[in-house]
Amino acid sequence: MATTIIQTEKLVGKRIRRREDPRLITGTATYVDDMQMPGMHHAAIVRSPHAAAKIRSISIKAAAEAPGVVAVFTGKDTEKVGPVPCGASLPGLRVPHHYILAIDRVYLVGHPVAVVVATDRYLARDAADLVEVDWEVLPAVADPEKAIAPGAPPVHPQWPDNVAFVYNQEGGDVDKAFAEAEVIVKQRITSQRLIPSAMETRGVLAEWRGADRQMTLYTSTQVPHLVRTLVAGMLGLEENRMRVVAPEVGGGFGSKLNIYPEEALMGFVSMKIGKPVKWIESRRENFLCTIHGRGHVDYFEVAAKKDGTILGIKLKLIQDQGAYHQLLGPAIPTLSVLMMPGLYRTKNIRAEVIGVFTNCTPTDAYRGAGRPEATHGIERMVDILADELGIDPAEIRLKNFVHNEEFPFPTATGLTYDSGDYAAPLQKAMGIVDYTKLRAEQAAARKQGKLMGIGICTYGEICGFGPSPATPAGGWECGTVRVEPSGKVTLLTGSCHHGQGEETTFAQLAADELGVDIDDILVLRGDTAIVPYGIGTFGSRATAIGGTALYYAMQDLKVKMKKFGAIMLDSHDVSYANGQVVCNKMGKSVSFKEIAAASYRAMKLPPNTEPGLVSTHFWEPPNFTFGFGAHIAVTEIDPETGQITVRRYLAVDDCGNIINPLIVDGQVHGGVAQGMGQALWEQAVYDDNGQLVTGEYTDYTMPRAHMMPWIESQHTTTPSPVNPLGVKGVGEAGTIGASPSLVNSVVDALSHLGVRHIDMPLTPEKIWKLVAGGKN
Amino acid sequence: MKINLTINGKKYSPDVEPRLLLIHYLRDVAGLTGAHIGCETSLCGACTIEVNGKSVKSCGMFAVQADGADVLTIEGLAQDGKLHAMQEAFWNQHGLQCGFCTPGMIMACKAILDHNPNPSDDEIRHGIEGNLCRCTGYQHIVNSVKAAAAVGAGR
Amino acid sequence: MIPQTFEYTAPKTLDEAMALLASGGKPLAGGMSLIPMMKLRLATPEHLVDLGRIKDLDYIREAAGELHIGATTTHYSVESSALVRGKCPLLSAAAGAIGDPQIRNVGTMGGSVAHADPAADYPAALQALEAKIVIRGAKGERTVSAADFFVDAFTTSLESGEVVREVVVPVEQAGTGTSYLKMPQPASGFAIVGVAVRVQRSGGKITLARIGVTGLSNIGYRAWAAEKALEGSAGSADDITKAAALVAQGIDANSDLHASADYRRHLASVYAARAITAAASKA
Repeated sequence: MATTIIQTEKLVGKRIRRREDPRLITGTATYVDDMQMPGMHHAAIVRSPHAAAKIRSISIKAAAEAPGVVAVFTGKDTEKVGPVPCGASLPGLRVPHHYILAIDRVYLVGHPVAVVVATDRYLARDAADLVEVDWEVLPAVADPEKAIAPGAPPVHPQWPDNVAFVYNQEGGDVDKAFAEAEVIVKQRITSQRLIPSAMETRGVLAEWRGADRQMTLYTSTQVPHLVRTLVAGMLGLEENRMRVVAPEVGGGFGSKLNIYPEEALMGFVSMKIGKPVKWIESRRENFLCTIHGRGHVDYFEVAAKKDGTILGIKLKLIQDQGAYHQLLGPAIPTLSVLMMPGLYRTKNIRAEVIGVFTNCTPTDAYRGAGRPEATHGIERMVDILADELGIDPAEIRLKNFVHNEEFPFPTATGLTYDSGDYAAPLQKAMGIVDYTKLRAEQAAARKQGKLMGIGICTYGEICGFGPSPATPAGGWECGTVRVEPSGKVTLLTGSCHHGQGEETTFAQLAADELGVDIDDILVLRGDTAIVPYGIGTFGSRATAIGGTALYYAMQDLKVKMKKFGAIMLDSHDVSYANGQVVCNKMGKSVSFKEIAAASYRAMKLPPNTEPGLVSTHFWEPPNFTFGFGAHIAVTEIDPETGQITVRRYLAVDDCGNIINPLIVDGQVHGGVAQGMGQALWEQAVYDDNGQLVTGEYTDYTMPRAHMMPWIESQHTTTPSPVNPLGVKGVGEAGTIGASPSLVNSVVDALSHLGVRHIDMPLTPEKIWKLVAGGKN
Repeated sequence: MKINLTINGKKYSPDVEPRLLLIHYLRDVAGLTGAHIGCETSLCGACTIEVNGKSVKSCGMFAVQADGADVLTIEGLAQDGKLHAMQEAFWNQHGLQCGFCTPGMIMACKAILDHNPNPSDDEIRHGIEGNLCRCTGYQHIVNSVKAAAAVGAGR
Repeated sequence: MIPQTFEYTAPKTLDEAMALLASGGKPLAGGMSLIPMMKLRLATPEHLVDLGRIKDLDYIREAAGELHIGATTTHYSVESSALVRGKCPLLSAAAGAIGDPQIRNVGTMGGSVAHADPAADYPAALQALEAKIVIRGAKGERTVSAADFFVDAFTTSLESGEVVREVVVPVEQAGTGTSYLKMPQPASGFAIVGVAVRVQRSGGKITLARIGVTGLSNIGYRAWAAEKALEGSAGSADDITKAAALVAQGIDANSDLHASADYRRHLASVYAARAITAAASKA
């Protein structure tokens, strides 16, 4: 027994390189398509080329007889498989039955109608071309505003108005606010459809062992436990007979926070053929069949006093749901409503959300999920109000921010902002860019006919989804700490990271909390046979909730260790410190390793003492956490071509306490790139027949390295009182802050020409037209 | 069709169908799953490898075209258990998140330094113009290349 | 992602290739356009004749005041060749503007010009250079000017069984300035508009102006009216603006998701003015 106290260096707050990287940089990580199994078959899916059509008949004969083909299934075969679930519930929500293969009608291009199973992926692909479908093509509608206009073709014939749901929310006294207003500004603002485009497309490998009645489903998902519960239900399989593994997952951004037809379909196929079967989505399928994001048309009205005080906000939100509701689709625009007051004090809001069916890909959570849309709207409106009143955009924000002494601040939309100093990041950002000097430079540039803009966005982000009443399927998380007999520590988390770095940050937390070497810690996730249960990784929740669950599991564990330590030291007065249990009187101690060994060896345990060292904690958060920040974008515009140059991009984010600054920087950069993608380049475009025009990387503009500016990332730190780690979340911050700051910047550059608003993406052609013609 | 090629210093003599893409040969037949498939239009670069010393997208080539070629994939980059300087730099600079684009990205970045041992930021960014990353915003990738250049990873 | 089956042959000599092409084979050069189309099953050739194994098609040579570039010479070779950079910088600039490094490492001069993508980079440069395309067919060789070679979108004057053997461009003479400027379509990297300019100056006047434009219409073309306006002028800013305004004259401009016809026409003038200015400053 040692008596020295080891003072370990704290790891939380350090820029340490990631522990998950060695397998990723050597090409030895295992994504779904990297897996091979004895007897594995391959599936190719036959999909609708039409956005709306009836299926008169399907002939599978030629395909079934093609070389290598072992089976072909159509909707008739899979009719009894349960529908693809919608987990969102709203009053009056219309939920179309979402068969995994179409029965007699298709509702979007890419709708699956048959699956061909062969011994080889090339042969499966060949045979898919031989499935013949006799179509009766129907009129389609691809634009949500057109879809709810009279006379539009019905997407689902049982609901000819194409309205999927109407959701109203109101807080305060909006009518009074607008009646008392000295100024009212109105603007139609769109947040265009985007394609999440994780670099790894989806993929599923299903392995059914009939004799054991065991299904293993390897799927590229953010939510393996939800997939297990829901897909087992779709297949009529007992949940405990199903194991879901999310192996290495190549990005998600919300697009893999879902349950997809192919997950149940591969399970079905494997059960039918008695062999493992793999399906890997092509990029074109990914663009057509994996959820899209955004798809908003927002009509905003803001009432204010002449001094810039915001009195109230009205919003009519038309949201394109696509042809079906995926897991959370209808819930996403309700998050926009929650965040529509932004960081401002106004207590009077009214929102009407109309969810609309179109013959397009379903929309659902894409990085930010409702909050970028809301933030884009309110941050544009604040700039429009500032312009109307001749007030500086920074000043009007500072005037309306929730005051520091008002936290916890109850909002008009029913949230309680946990903590904040909303002026701090804005003031810090203004100091870094020397805002006053920049404005002077802009004025001078204008005199020379140059177009320069300064755009500010101050955003709030609902992080840490979330308290269970506000989150379909529960908003808690589960963490297990298991000390092995050798003293090594295994952390099991219900979070399911796919690039966010929790194999590192959770190990940092545990190393500090338990006082053990980080190299003795292993983080496991993503396998329902290993992790007790979990909700998953999305909504900037993994650290705030998954990390906290582990934190509490570690507290339980330390209690257990003290108990064993007390037995070993024969003392009732012990404490846990730096990986040891110390007798407070004698100063003697037992090491972590010794306690671990003794707990499993269980030689001298008093009666009713449970051997082993495992603790599990399910943590239910009492509230969301609310990150915030200020982004400033400085742009220059080529008046001849309309091309925008982002001269400077500064993000000052407050995500609470930071565990690993290197990883936080990465989250900010990636988030900003996606927000910048929306602001400047990305858009999913459908033609009037419901064909996706931007169906490949040839036409859907992803940000590339040479298009991105340098991003400066800075922070203020306001710990969250919601969890003991004081963390908030940062996964979506960059995306939320980027689009308003960039659009505000470009509108600012053109404001002297009478331009007040520009819808995204800010293509050079749009800008050129505004410069050439003034006005929008 | 019988072809002969060398991959990461090892000789292979498979019999392949002409239409078999080199990326499918590497991944499904040779069992080298480091290079990935991210699109079908050869625009994402996740499948980037070196053929005869030049970086190429292995989804844009048939295996038969690589007959007689010397191929280097991400799996062959580390030597004797020691990471290549570019791999080490990606690790140190947090040049990756989900890791899916990473093998192709590292190969493309290595090619930049093979031609230009001290590239500017702009040259680095144009050097990976053919590689998409959805996670990092590219900034830490640029830092990785600079860090690798600083330790003399270029030839 | 998976092409249909096809027969594949990789002849070692051009003569062997000609025989295979005569019997219906389709030539495969770098494959940078063809293979993605095959993967999407938009192209389904039954027999591919790989020209990549023919050794004497990969060359850059200088002879009699001209550069000869073999059909299978990669864009990277053209871009990085000291000979091309020194003697025909416009061509190396166009080569360097193509796609991305991996595509330039594989894509070839012959493949690109034979494909005749209306938004490709080479056509603008080859028009401005008054390049000659040497075509090999079963009956022997013939040479056509770039102006005659590009017929329509994805259509050239190549006949069935013929291939591009080499492209010939003039060695730049003293007093010549060139420039290639392009606005890329942001997703694909192809040109929304690309303008290649070659000017010669003598005695304070522009004595020769050649302007090739790509991306704007169905083919890369020579902007004759703009050239005429520029030749004989002093090349002042005003002269350049006036000439540049003519580059899209009479052109039926493309219109798509990425740029309307009006915008493309406008861009053509802007890029022409900038490219002429840049070229003239070097002349």
